[in-house]
Amino acid sequence: MAGSDRLTDSTAHGRDVPVFLGRPGPSAFHRLNPLTKATLATVTAIAAVALGGLVGPAVLVAAFVLVPAAAAGVLGRLLRLALLLALPIAVSAFLVNLFFFPGGQTELLRIGPIVATGEGLELALEILARILAISGAITLFYLTTRPAELVVDLERRGINPRVAFVANASVQTVPAMVERAAQITAAQRARGLDTEGSVWRRVRGIVPIVGPVILGSIAEVEERTMALEARGFTRPGRRTLLWAPADSGVESLVRWTLVLGLAALIAARIAGLTP
Amino acid sequence: MTVRLAGVGYRYAGADRPSLLDVDLDLDDGTVVGVAGASEAGKTTLCLVVSGLAPRTVGGRIRGTMTLDGEDVDAWPMHRLSTRIGIGFQNPSTQLSQVSGTVFEEAAFGPMNLGLPRDEVVTRVWDALERMQIDGLADRDPSRLSGGQQQLVAMAGLLAMRPEHLVLDEPTAQLDPAGTQLVADAIARLAADGASILVAEQKTDLLAAVAQRVIVLDGGRVALHGRVEEVLADPRLLELGVAPPSAIRLRRAAEGAGLDPQALERVTARG
Repeated sequence: MAGSDRLTDSTAHGRDVPVFLGRPGPSAFHRLNPLTKATLATVTAIAAVALGGLVGPAVLVAAFVLVPAAAAGVLGRLLRLALLLALPIAVSAFLVNLFFFPGGQTELLRIGPIVATGEGLELALEILARILAISGAITLFYLTTRPAELVVDLERRGINPRVAFVANASVQTVPAMVERAAQITAAQRARGLDTEGSVWRRVRGIVPIVGPVILGSIAEVEERTMALEARGFTRPGRRTLLWAPADSGVESLVRWTLVLGLAALIAARIAGLTP
Repeated sequence: MTVRLAGVGYRYAGADRPSLLDVDLDLDDGTVVGVAGASEAGKTTLCLVVSGLAPRTVGGRIRGTMTLDGEDVDAWPMHRLSTRIGIGFQNPSTQLSQVSGTVFEEAAFGPMNLGLPRDEVVTRVWDALERMQIDGLADRDPSRLSGGQQQLVAMAGLLAMRPEHLVLDEPTAQLDPAGTQLVADAIARLAADGASILVAEQKTDLLAAVAQRVIVLDGGRVALHGRVEEVLADPRLLELGVAPPSAIRLRRAAEGAGLDPQALERVTARG
């Protein structure tokens, strides 16, 4: 089956491993091994920082983010999400570097005592390109990989099952917390809590929502712990895996090439061989 | 196969008094034992002790003996005990692992933790889902199911561990009537298949429907113990903070109003 190894096709008792386990993704990029996608995202993000300038990160983004995203059919969502993810830090980094670049000489704009300089603009654009490359790489991975796939793959490669569980549960907890917050918000609003209007009103409205969300989650920890214990979670040794994402020699070669390429780039940067 | 508690007492860490005192209990194959009692009577504590979670996970101090088929389980680690005694809690969502994308994987979580062979895991999971009659939900996301369905998934996860004994702590406390009915039907089916089940419940209607014996706790002690129809009809039940089943309340109301209870039962049976 493309995209996953089901490890067995049927059991000795004639009961099948369900076909929906490790259901392959909709595109060839989705079906890549999650470690390959994680390596691509990590290398793209670090290389964008190491390369510097505008052209390098732009080429990286085009080759390793935009083209794969288009091939995976997630380009629109990627652009929206990556921009949303990067927006707060990108705007603040851009403005700080534009207006507060130390020693800038070429004046572009003056607002009272604050001066935007050409040198500041150049650095601000470089940093913007890096931030967008990082957010784009992370978003592409997020949009094309289920967290469980990566965790199962890492577990197959020998990572401690408890570490894998904690990593997976942490990611999966976010939507559950968001849902709980929405329920509590609705309940509090039904009892007259005002969460709309001025900024001050919205801030005041947060307290009666955040408290129950956090305290409720803490209160559930003990029962969750007991439920895990009762299901053999603390048993030492390896867990059984029912399926694992497919991997190949070619993908392994791609991963090593990416990692070695990144190492060479960093070495060249340190040696002053790149602009 | 018998779980036997003899003179068991239990005190939570830091508590100034014990939550269980001198409890004797036998849980034999094919029997459903109900546990009733007011809030803080010790129902949940008894469930934790029988499952082994107290004191292994919860901490605290236990005295008396607990044996499984005559063997003292005091030194057993929790993961070993969990293959013999399963426990389910009242909140369905906290029993789900939160890392499984499908009901099948959720039910497989326990057997996978035990490191069983893959075909054994698959067989156990299909069996458990079929016994709970939720095999049609196998590819669904467990977090998107109703509370009643989630409780059945949690119970399927317990069954896939193939325990000989099940402990259910208020399994319908957070469920609507439809969800309660799903769980009640499941308990009845499991009991009919020969499982031994300890069910702590406030809803005595459920106990009347599924249990053969009932114990009523009061302040951590066993206040009443006997056959379900005798204990749930005992006039002391209300003093112990337990509402009798609706059929008994109806009969008493009829008697109080000067009606013939048997005639009333015939009418309700026809209706």
